Amino acid sequence: MTETAVVARRLSVGYGAKVILSGVDAFLKPGGSTALVGSNGSGKSTLLKTLAGLLPVIDGGLEVLGRPVGELTGRVAYLSQFHQSGFVLPLRAIDVVRMARYDQRARWQRQTKIDDEIVKESMMLMSVDDLAMKPLRDLSGGQQQRIYLAQVLARRADLLLLDEPTAGLDAPGRAAYIDALSFEKNRGAAVVTATHDVGEASTCDRVLLLAGRVIADGPPNVVMTPENLLETFGIGLTKVGDQLVVTEHHHDHDH
Amino acid sequence: MGNFVRPFLDNEFLQRAFLAGVLVSLTCAVVGTYVVLRGMAFIGDALAHGVLPGVAGALMIGMPAMAGAAVGAAVMIGGVGLITSRSKLSNDTAIGLLFIGLLALGVLMVSSADSLTGDLEAILFGQFLGVNNSDLVAQSIALCFVVIVAVVASRPFLLLCFDADLVSAMGYRAAWYHRLMLLLIAATVVVSFQTVGALLVFGMLLAPAGVGALISKRIGTMMLWAAVVGVVSTYVGLMASYHFSWAAGASVVLTAVTIFFVVFTAVSIRRSVVGDRS
Repeated sequence: MTETAVVARRLSVGYGAKVILSGVDAFLKPGGSTALVGSNGSGKSTLLKTLAGLLPVIDGGLEVLGRPVGELTGRVAYLSQFHQSGFVLPLRAIDVVRMARYDQRARWQRQTKIDDEIVKESMMLMSVDDLAMKPLRDLSGGQQQRIYLAQVLARRADLLLLDEPTAGLDAPGRAAYIDALSFEKNRGAAVVTATHDVGEASTCDRVLLLAGRVIADGPPNVVMTPENLLETFGIGLTKVGDQLVVTEHHHDHDH
Repeated sequence: MGNFVRPFLDNEFLQRAFLAGVLVSLTCAVVGTYVVLRGMAFIGDALAHGVLPGVAGALMIGMPAMAGAAVGAAVMIGGVGLITSRSKLSNDTAIGLLFIGLLALGVLMVSSADSLTGDLEAILFGQFLGVNNSDLVAQSIALCFVVIVAVVASRPFLLLCFDADLVSAMGYRAAWYHRLMLLLIAATVVVSFQTVGALLVFGMLLAPAGVGALISKRIGTMMLWAAVVGVVSTYVGLMASYHFSWAAGASVVLTAVTIFFVVFTAVSIRRSVVGDRS
């Protein structure tokens, strides 16, 4: 295990030459969870894709697991927001989870018993082991999302990059996800999630509020203030019990 | 029973046609599965039509038609890549422009060369009953190539069907494997157009694989079903052609498409009775 999961210095990310998010300084440790929070277009998914090596760095420095980004793909797991063919592919749920182990073996090698055990354990963590032999396309959206999360867990990666991981999950699904996240952190993995769900972000160790730049960075109870949330989302939000309540709309003035 | 077997025993050209149909069916079963799963039907159709000017050009200068088809397919793939990488136009627009441009060019070339007029029908609809031994050899080589590539690249190909981002995130070169898949489609079209024709090879790519997609739970099984449907269509189509003097290529493809709609109807009825979730 390396000492740092992610080191970003004055990082700018985007598509082609178009910068979506700039000025990111981050130092993420193993065993910690970080939430990237922002509205649509704030740059959270773009940052995740850059961390996964899917987009080139536009400016600044970025190291992942102590190496230049994109060099250690075998130790990184990425959950994308959309899957192309979830409802078309003739695959069983277990086949999807097994994909996570593809790059762990040479092309001509069959998967081993260890791979099978990891796959089984990952499916149990997401409480989908009973769906293993079901065709993926016969599962509901929430069940499919659990399968995709099990696939991420089966990577046994040192860095997990999750884009909207709780999308479509019901209450038991979210509970399974929270438990799985704890398991991964205890194992020493760093977890970075992109979300616009403030409640989900508050369960992480650290939060980066994003709106084309970093609005705030720190523990959730410190950074998720009504002022910062107003700047991030353009609407005032405050926590009343377990609920987030809209208190104010953004006005065009400096904060 | 004799009517169904005897023609093949008595006629060597029917034996060669059946063998060619089997080779095309097996090749299309593998490649068509990826075409269906990745939603690449339009590029498959465009490749099938885009070979026309290449074939016409080759015949005009006395080169083998297959070499011309390969050039036409390469122009199509290269052109689509060039337009999408140098502009903000969608893949569909680039494919459509080249598809119709190459087809128009091919028709112009054929219509302006008197010596080729008779060949147009053969290019578009194939010469199932005129297959020769060198065609069979080329189809066998193409089948071996397709199967070897599909086996070696089975994992990245499956990932590509599932999620292109995941392919790159796991360290495979997504763009490279996408191009390899295009190459497989092109190779299939190039070696199959002389048998089933440039227009009809597309039907053999889609219809059998479509049946496989409807009834299979695994990709290997999907390919197997596609192969079975392709071979059965070849046999039924050739029999129909022999007994009713129908065009052989069209009979084979029409059989495959008919099987698709029969299976589609049966699956739809079953789903409405049993329900989507089983």
